Amino acid sequence: MASYSTNEFRGGLKIMLDGDPCAIIENEFVKPGKGQAFNRVKIRNLKTDRVIERTFKSGESVEAADVMDVDLQYLYTDGEFWHFMDPRTFEQQAADATAVGDKEQDMCEVTLWNGAPLAVTPPNFVLLSVTETDPGVRGDTSGGGGKPATLETGAVVRVPLFIDVGEVLKIDTRTGEYVGRARE
Amino acid sequence: MADLTQAERDWRPSAPLAALQLRATLLARIRTCFARNNVMEVDTPALSAAATTDPAIHSLVTTWHGPGSDSARRCYLHTSPEFPMKRLLAAGSGDIYQLCKVFRDDERGALHSPEFSLLEWYRTGFDHLDLMDEVEQLLTEILADIAPVSEVHHWTYRDLFMEFAGIDPFAVSAADIAAELQRYRIGLPVGMDDAPLDAWLDLVMTHVIEPHLGQGLVFVRDFPSSQAALARLRSGNPPVAARFEAWLDGIEIANGYHELADAGEQRQRFMNDNTQRRLTGLEPLPVDERLLAALQSGLPDCAGVALGIDRLLMVAGGARCLDEVLAFPVERA
Repeated sequence: MASYSTNEFRGGLKIMLDGDPCAIIENEFVKPGKGQAFNRVKIRNLKTDRVIERTFKSGESVEAADVMDVDLQYLYTDGEFWHFMDPRTFEQQAADATAVGDKEQDMCEVTLWNGAPLAVTPPNFVLLSVTETDPGVRGDTSGGGGKPATLETGAVVRVPLFIDVGEVLKIDTRTGEYVGRARE
Repeated sequence: MADLTQAERDWRPSAPLAALQLRATLLARIRTCFARNNVMEVDTPALSAAATTDPAIHSLVTTWHGPGSDSARRCYLHTSPEFPMKRLLAAGSGDIYQLCKVFRDDERGALHSPEFSLLEWYRTGFDHLDLMDEVEQLLTEILADIAPVSEVHHWTYRDLFMEFAGIDPFAVSAADIAAELQRYRIGLPVGMDDAPLDAWLDLVMTHVIEPHLGQGLVFVRDFPSSQAALARLRSGNPPVAARFEAWLDGIEIANGYHELADAGEQRQRFMNDNTQRRLTGLEPLPVDERLLAALQSGLPDCAGVALGIDRLLMVAGGARCLDEVLAFPVERA
């Protein structure tokens, strides 16, 4: 059975916790200089969508969740199930109301757990231009703290210091976070 | 070349120029302070044949070949310059300080990097209380016009736990703490079933108490004897370690001792560490016999402290993670 050690923890990793498939949102390494190391992890339960915090003693291993994200095309609903198709294999998947929620879209990312749809997510990324931000600073890159920037939709996201007004950014719709600059 | 990822091509520093300038300023001020106080700057090896045996600290290992030699000698990168600095003290150096890079395996996060800059200094004739005062004076002086130290608080380990967690760390058990987790709003931690009391106390310290430490400089002293590390013990009921830690704006920044000078007790602690390492599946490590010989010949009564320079820069510059003050963090090294 596949498993992950705490040192492999990162955002997006799918693990089993208390019998449910979960996705790691955030992993914080905490350690007193002379003491026990911990990983303080924010986790989304993929069945209930609830976000919880959990602490792991560093070095512990946890079972991997057999969760796969696939891009599927929405076909139709019969009232009970929403039917999707893999455009490459033509294989069909039926997702129930819990999995779909209110997220009906043409192409969706469907999260399969043990082969069955668990969650349906609209496209992950959108491209938006910056309408307002402090002037860019050279010599800084995306590793650091950043600054706020207002996007054309009015959303405010944190961006690296080198970003200027007018630039088109790739934004993750799941977290509302800056991903990178879009190539022209 | 075309196969390189964006991250692999990322040659730029992660710290803004202002952070690099602040580093240069603070290092110069630190050196000025010590020169004025007649504390001598020293430089000891980063490579050592012995390692720290502390089960919570992991050394990076490398190998050294003599010229033309096929056989490699195992070397450990130092996790602090403590052992060779104590050998200098035993040899009669008098008060000394060192600014150096140290290395720790298995550590990475917003406040952790596998290599980081440490300021370590030793004062003869000082105990840990005197040295706490000097840490306060140094930080007050070098940060005066940058990020003034707003307030200073002193706690004993016991009072700190009583105040912010409602438990007496000298009377509580691991099971007691586990039963309190709901009150602290902490989910049952994974992997703590067989963890010793000290690990549970560390859990409370990092998850429950640290968020309350707030702004300013906070000193905590009189640690449980099981957390003495290299500090001498003070008799009392219970006996406590003559050890202190300092937090600046809620971030652990320094750790100091009234130094253990008893070679026999030091050897016993190294052996206990190695026993603990074996029990937890870690490799026992070679004990620093030269340090023990130095203690045997006589370490002057002294106190010593190690202070994390990168974390100091973080606080001084208002940064939220080490990467904002490091020219090149490990992923970009």
